[in-house]
Amino acid sequence: MKFHLKVWRQKNAKDPGRLVDYTIDNINPDMSFLEMMDVLNDELIRKGEDPIAFDHDCREGICGMCSMYINGRAHGPQRAATTCQLYMRSFKDGDTIYVEPWRAKAFPVIKDLVVDRSAFDRIIAAGGFISVNTGQAQDANAIPIPKADADRAMDAAACIGCGACVAACPNGAAMLFVSAKISQLALLPQGQPERYTRALNMVKQMDEEGFGNCTNIGACEAECPKEIKLTNIARMNREYLTAAFIQE
Amino acid sequence: MAQSVIFKSSIGKKAIMAVTGLFLITFLIVHCTINAMIFYNDGGATFTKYAHFMGTNPIIRLMEIVLIAGFLIHIVDGLLLWKQNRDARPVKYAVNNPQANSKWYSRSMGLLGTLILIFLIIHTAHFWIPNRWQQGLTNWENEIDLYARMLEVFQNPWVVLIYVAGCVSLFWHLLHGFKSAFQSLGLNHAKYNRLIEISGIAFSILVPFLFALMPVSIYFGWIK
Repeated sequence: MKFHLKVWRQKNAKDPGRLVDYTIDNINPDMSFLEMMDVLNDELIRKGEDPIAFDHDCREGICGMCSMYINGRAHGPQRAATTCQLYMRSFKDGDTIYVEPWRAKAFPVIKDLVVDRSAFDRIIAAGGFISVNTGQAQDANAIPIPKADADRAMDAAACIGCGACVAACPNGAAMLFVSAKISQLALLPQGQPERYTRALNMVKQMDEEGFGNCTNIGACEAECPKEIKLTNIARMNREYLTAAFIQE
Repeated sequence: MAQSVIFKSSIGKKAIMAVTGLFLITFLIVHCTINAMIFYNDGGATFTKYAHFMGTNPIIRLMEIVLIAGFLIHIVDGLLLWKQNRDARPVKYAVNNPQANSKWYSRSMGLLGTLILIFLIIHTAHFWIPNRWQQGLTNWENEIDLYARMLEVFQNPWVVLIYVAGCVSLFWHLLHGFKSAFQSLGLNHAKYNRLIEISGIAFSILVPFLFALMPVSIYFGWIK
């Protein structure tokens, strides 16, 4: 397969950056998008050019590193998939493909397609510790948890922090991510002691990082590779508003 | 604690949009119900009776101030959110395909709100402002004949078109806003989501349709 690529190239955070044209041929339709990028980089290195910097790690859809905005969609056109799970057979021979980094004030570009997502780490850190009993680990069955709650908490915990929600949101809001992180603990007994301070602190950090505000558009839910639901955002709103009224 | 958290935080601002939005929805119900009295087609007798009550009752006049505050807070808070959201993405995408993951009217609440605001200015200039001006601060009984004014204003086809366009904007704004208000307040439950969604769609169609029918009916002489 042959493709015309328009890839965002940016030397560093200060460089204004631009889209650069590349044509690539002899691509196997069963290659993943990242493997196609590897082939392109191999060609660039052989020509003595600077290869395209992009984030990647597990290449099996669980790490959330491969942030690429492909043809106007986070992680490309496929539903519930990361870039490494996107295969070249999803495109037509001769297609023009635009590849851009995540665009958000809170995710500054480091180089080319690599953005700094440490804002997410700072939000997680703001959530703080959870209180646990010291001593021997207690029996897993000692705390009764209804199956439905456990399922909902696990669904929220599926979030891999890739940032596709921010990238896809017209407002650059991080609420799907933050709500998943708040929900996974708020739903479980282990998360109860710090439940309200956690909601207040994580939302405060989210606002300070310069993310936008949720206007319930739903693009995040549609683009999320782990299909995190908007109900989590409603739960976060509930947790936060309750916390705002009861915390001293 | 509560005040600073509510007014400064992202979620607090959204909650304010939701509360004022729901309050403005209750206003739409009252406004639409009373105006619908023109459909009695009795020369405005029923309509004028209710309009007189609304223009002279002290409790209603007090609520009118709350209503103006509700509009102002909804508008100012909306503009603040719009500005913050625009600033959250300083560099735009060269190629973007948002129609693949969301509805255009959900993404255009600021634009639709602005269209409604323009309509609101024209609309209040036709009826509410001249009426309150003539009443002054003390002479509340000295109202203008709102029914006669309606018959006069809606003879102009351009005015009718502007009113219908205002109602169409309101329809799209409500279609997103109604259910969105519940989500922003965290009122989301598997049992009631469907009910909220259906009520939202029904309300968004019914109220703007009734409003739009008023100038149209007068223009075509169905109501005299």
